[in-house]
Amino acid sequence: MKAKHQRLILALVALAALIGAGLLAASALKDEAAYFYAPGDVKAKGVEPGKAIRLGGMVVKGSLKRAADGVTMSFDVTDGKATVPATFSGIAPDLFKEGSGVVAEGSFDTKGTFIATNLLAKHDERYMPRELEGMSYNETTRELKVEK
Amino acid sequence: MPYWPCRARAAKDAALMHRFANPARFLKIARPLTGWLFWSGLVLLLAGCACGLFLTPADYLQGQTVRILYIHVPTAWLGMAGWTGIAVSALMQLVWRHPLAAVAGRAIAAPGALFTAICLATGSIWGRPTWGTWWEWDGRMTSMLVLLFLYLGYIALANASARQGAGQGGVSNVTAIFGLVGAINIPIINRSVVWWNSLHQGPSITLRGSSIDMALLWPLGLTLLGFSLWFGAIVLMRMRAILAQNKVEARMQRLARG
Repeated sequence: MKAKHQRLILALVALAALIGAGLLAASALKDEAAYFYAPGDVKAKGVEPGKAIRLGGMVVKGSLKRAADGVTMSFDVTDGKATVPATFSGIAPDLFKEGSGVVAEGSFDTKGTFIATNLLAKHDERYMPRELEGMSYNETTRELKVEK
Repeated sequence: MPYWPCRARAAKDAALMHRFANPARFLKIARPLTGWLFWSGLVLLLAGCACGLFLTPADYLQGQTVRILYIHVPTAWLGMAGWTGIAVSALMQLVWRHPLAAVAGRAIAAPGALFTAICLATGSIWGRPTWGTWWEWDGRMTSMLVLLFLYLGYIALANASARQGAGQGGVSNVTAIFGLVGAINIPIINRSVVWWNSLHQGPSITLRGSSIDMALLWPLGLTLLGFSLWFGAIVLMRMRAILAQNKVEARMQRLARG
C-alpha cells in the first residue's frame, strides 16, 4: 500500500469519526439547543411556573385582545397540538399579528397563563408580493381567488 | 480477473489533478480566467441588486426589508461554500500533497470570512425590523457566528505557519487539519433550522421547490451567480498573488546567496 493511500484511508476514517461525533453531539443537544418551547412541548413535558422560558408558536386568529390601557394584550399561542393563553404588556414588533408566528420570552403563572416580558415576531419561509396576500391560486382551474 | 473500468478513470482524474500542481500551468489558465470571472460576476451581481431594489414588489409582511435577501442569501451560501472549499483543499493537501491546494486554502479564507461577516451583518439589520431584535442566540445565528470564528482561527493559524516557513505560501498541515475538522460546522449550519426550534425561518428553497414567490425570487438567481463568480475571481487573484510572492522570495534568497 502506498503512503498516499494510507493517508487517504486515515483522512477518510478521521472524517467519518468526526461526522459521527458531530451528529451525536447535535442529536444530544436536540432539546438544549432549541430556541423555544412549542405549546405541545409544554403540555408534554410540563414547565414549572416561574421558570424563564421562550414560548413559540402561532397567534390564534381572533384571540388577540387589547386591554383598555392600550399596552396590555392577551392572545393564544398554538402549534396545532396544544394552545396556551398568554399576556404581554409593552410594545410588540410590527410583524406581530394574528395568524403569524411569535416567540415570547417570559414564564408561566400558577394558572397556566404565559406572562411574556418580551415579544419577537417569527417570520416563516414564505415570501410573496403584497397583491397575493389573502389570495389563493387554483392550479386546475387557473383562477385566482380572493379569500376575504 | 475482475475488470475495473473505474481504475483507469481514477488514474485519469489523478493525472488531471496533478497537471495543475505545476504553478506555471495553473497560471496560464488562471490569468485570463480571473478577468472573465471578475467582470461577468460584477455585472451580474450589480444587475441582480438593481433588479432586486427597483423591479421586484415588496413582501406582503416584511415590506421593503425583504430586499436584503438578495445580498444575505448569496453571502451566506459563499461563507459556507468557502469553508467547504477549504476542507476539500485541506484533504488534497493532506492526502495527495498537492502544492496548489495549500495555496488555495489560504486564498479562500479571507473572502470567506468577509462574506460570512456580511451575512451576519445583513441578517442582523433584517432581524431588527422583522423579528424585533438585532441578535438572538438561536441555532442558525450561533452556528454562523461559529463559522466566522473558525475562519478567523484558520487565518491566524495560516499566518503563523507561513511565518515559520512551512510550505511555500501555503498552510501547515495543522492548519489543514483544522480546516477539515471545522467542516463539521457546515451541515450543522444547514440543518440548524430543521433540527431545533429556531427564530430563523426554515429553508425557503428546497429540492421540492421554493416558497419564495417567483416575482421576488428571480433577482436572487442573478446575485447568487454573480457573487459566486466574483468570489472565484477573488480566490484566483489571491492565489496568483501568493504564487508571485513565492517567486519574489525565491529570487531574493538566490540574490542573498550571491
